[in-house]
Amino acid sequence: MASRTITLTVDGVSYTDDVEPRLLLVQYLREVLGKTGTLVGCDTTNCGACTVLVDGESIKSCTMLAVEADGHEVTTIEGLATDGQLHPLQKAFNECHALQCGFCTSGMIMQSVSLLAENSRPTDQEVREGLEGNLCRCTGYQNIVAAVQQAAGEGAAR
Amino acid sequence: MTVTEEHAPEIGKARARKEDARLITGRSRYTDNMVLPGMLHLAMVRSPLARARITSIDTSAARSAPGVVRVLTGKDLTGEQGSMPNAWPVTEDQKAPPHPAVAEETVNFAGEIVAVVIARSPAAARDAVELVDVDYEPLTPVVDLATAARDEELIYPELGTNHSATWVFDSAEAGTGGDIKEAISAAEIVVERTFRQQRLIPAFMEPRSTVVDPTGEQLTVWSATQIPHILRVMLALTLGIPESKLRVIAPDVGGGFGGKLQVTPEEVITVLAARHTGKPCKYTETRSETMVGAHHGRDQIQTLRISAKADGTVTGLDVHLVANMGAYLGLITSGIPILGAFMYNGIYKFPAYRFECTNVFTNQVWTDAYRGAGRPEATFAIERMMDELATELGMDPIEVREKNWIQHDEFPFATVSSLEYDSGNYEAATAKALELFGYDELRAEQTRRRESGDVVQLGIGVSTFTEMCGLAPSRVLGALSYAAGGWEHAQVRVLPTGKVEVVTGVSPHGQGHVTSWSQIVADRLGVAFEDVEVLHGDTQVSQRGLDTYGSRSLAVGGMAVVAAADKVIEKAKVVAAHLLEAATDDIEFSGGQFTVRGTDQGVGFGDVAFAVFAAHDLPDGFEPSLDSDATYDPENFSFPHGTHLAAMEVDTETGQVRVRKYVCVDDVGNVINPMIVDGQVHGGLAQGIAQALFEEAVYDDSGTLLTGSFTEYLVPSAPDLPSFTTDRTVTPSTTNALGVKGVGEAGTIASTPAIVNGVLDAIRQFGVSDVEMPCSPSRVWHAIQAARVGSGAGTGHTGTGGEEARR
Repeated sequence: MASRTITLTVDGVSYTDDVEPRLLLVQYLREVLGKTGTLVGCDTTNCGACTVLVDGESIKSCTMLAVEADGHEVTTIEGLATDGQLHPLQKAFNECHALQCGFCTSGMIMQSVSLLAENSRPTDQEVREGLEGNLCRCTGYQNIVAAVQQAAGEGAAR
Repeated sequence: MTVTEEHAPEIGKARARKEDARLITGRSRYTDNMVLPGMLHLAMVRSPLARARITSIDTSAARSAPGVVRVLTGKDLTGEQGSMPNAWPVTEDQKAPPHPAVAEETVNFAGEIVAVVIARSPAAARDAVELVDVDYEPLTPVVDLATAARDEELIYPELGTNHSATWVFDSAEAGTGGDIKEAISAAEIVVERTFRQQRLIPAFMEPRSTVVDPTGEQLTVWSATQIPHILRVMLALTLGIPESKLRVIAPDVGGGFGGKLQVTPEEVITVLAARHTGKPCKYTETRSETMVGAHHGRDQIQTLRISAKADGTVTGLDVHLVANMGAYLGLITSGIPILGAFMYNGIYKFPAYRFECTNVFTNQVWTDAYRGAGRPEATFAIERMMDELATELGMDPIEVREKNWIQHDEFPFATVSSLEYDSGNYEAATAKALELFGYDELRAEQTRRRESGDVVQLGIGVSTFTEMCGLAPSRVLGALSYAAGGWEHAQVRVLPTGKVEVVTGVSPHGQGHVTSWSQIVADRLGVAFEDVEVLHGDTQVSQRGLDTYGSRSLAVGGMAVVAAADKVIEKAKVVAAHLLEAATDDIEFSGGQFTVRGTDQGVGFGDVAFAVFAAHDLPDGFEPSLDSDATYDPENFSFPHGTHLAAMEVDTETGQVRVRKYVCVDDVGNVINPMIVDGQVHGGLAQGIAQALFEEAVYDDSGTLLTGSFTEYLVPSAPDLPSFTTDRTVTPSTTNALGVKGVGEAGTIASTPAIVNGVLDAIRQFGVSDVEMPCSPSRVWHAIQAARVGSGAGTGHTGTGGEEARR
């Protein structure tokens, strides 16, 4: 398969790589860049473990080809903290015990970033609906909702 | 040397978890994240047929595909791969077929591995899977459990039956109670019901993954497993590798719920692939492979007869189970329903009890542990039966439970199923739950809705439970023919600077042991929470252990930590006495300070640690180390309990069910970290509610799994679940010094019957007596329709509410 050259920004760093056209964005992140903080939980775009931001909007990176990300800006969980300071959502997930095994956490936090960007003060029900595409098997979601609300209260959407 | 600082208690504090720092920043170390030099990648060829004979496998095209290094079939591994282990032969005459990791002659479930491609990249391996040409001679699959039990078509003709084993407990024979036949013949009322425990998929979020590195002195296995220690022993026994040449590591593990309490064909295959190629090998399954190839849970037909007096006093319980093993016996497949045998009597004083379970093979992936493992099935059945009894007698469901439960002043209580419950207070938990729930107000609303014929009817679901946790006293496991013990190991290592390393034999995969164990040791040794490092999950570091499952980690593993820490203190006291020029017997230890009784003379834990490290001035004959090991074997199980109440709204026109309010009051004994305990309850509730309302592994008649992805298998997402009201009563366990009981499975066990009882309470008025799980809108709607048709108008049985609701 003829490879294609792509140039994109991931977590603030510009990369240029030759990739197979069929390579998924999540595979590019994990296998080419070594950004293993983004995880794969299913192969049907149901679980959301691989959620990242592309140009600020959340997307399941198993649903996007790497070549489609050419020229775009990708943010993963590894690029969320700035200057060593945790993002308010990262801090809230810890303080509210919004994670147990942690496997859904990267995607859940990235989806929450996107959710709060669209609705800075959601109701609990809006939080639940905003996270509908992200599965968690450990927490029953209650503390995830609490964490998103705590972060919203601290102005995470700024 | 004088006493200085106070140590504020850590136990009971809602500490945010230490584990989170890595996980919230993406610095996780799940097995699939691992890359080793020259690593090869595996992909599996899986049978599309549920039962067939393999007539030929042509691997030539796959072998010559780009990047492919080797293709292995069952024939290539004959004599080397052994048979997958079953550690729990429940009866002496238990029957089981051989279970090669890669099928050699026949396949017995759709998804069984028939060949393995080893290639230089995951993509090359998967591409080549398509090129492996397998010819099958189809055989008649036996998929339905009841059909399999009738032995009309034998899956393994050489066994002569589809029955693996029949296991019986009879209280009259055991001397723990009366005779069930007598109880039933003398009963004023007998209620018989049959329930179906549908098949579930554990659905941990991290697909299973194994990496094996054969290049070192030891063969190193990283695996997404709950049980690194058991896996090491079992790989050694199965493959004939000296145990000392195996190192097993469970790095970050993305959930288990019993689903990773297994020794898997995939793990064995990855070891063999590394041995064959001499290179590090990785296998990571796709989610679709998890669904078809990783063990499932539940799947039983339960028939219960309960005998009682007219006032609701139960006189006996007779339980008959048919349990679906699937095609093979996995690690503890055969023992799962037997774990439930001790729990059908729940929190009650039943004078007579008989339990009989027949384990049956079918052409489906095997079942094994799934959160609760036998105990949710038992609790569901008895809690449904108590509601049925209440209904038959026209009693309130709380009242019939009260009439039969063990009173708080009757503990310790020897149960009819041979256990001794050490402590409990069912009255207190129930009273608190009823108050939080607003039981009387909701009953009043229920009446109003019935009378007004509201389209949305309200049901109130009641469930109480207890479970046997803290698995397990080794002698009990021995009596049940389980292959291993139930002890747990810990080591406390004191570093020169007074910081502490705790090695634990349990293997967390989300439960927060690192944080909780730090709290326990911080209090025990009087050191700072931050100064405790907890190490686990690597057999080279944690040399002994029996891992994490069955809500055992705290009650058994936590106790081992306490025992090891106490040994450290005893050693340190000798040194402190020496430094303080006092007698060891006069040394007291509290809050990290050793003091001479009755004086203000003291020395801190850190100073003693450094003195031992330096070893310049120690008592004669003192071995210069404070490090201590302990192995703790519990004397008894622990028995958490609780009362769960669900307010269920049922739309009688659509069958849609909504959890309007969920209240649970659990008694898990003393609590180390309330935030972690609440989290365990929340997650448990979600899984129990999912069984009641959403999840089912469905096979078609040919044995194809129809729910093979998250598109069809309905793991609930956030909007599917309510916000729970959780609370506690605290009745400490008297079996262990921490007074803890275990919380990992409580929510799952109690919530399923609460939800189903609530659904039925809403629609019994129409003549509905049962709805099979999951109570989907379709099932609920059909149940209402069928009852209305069946009972007909004017019988009075359905009441006016039903007719009104139809409008």
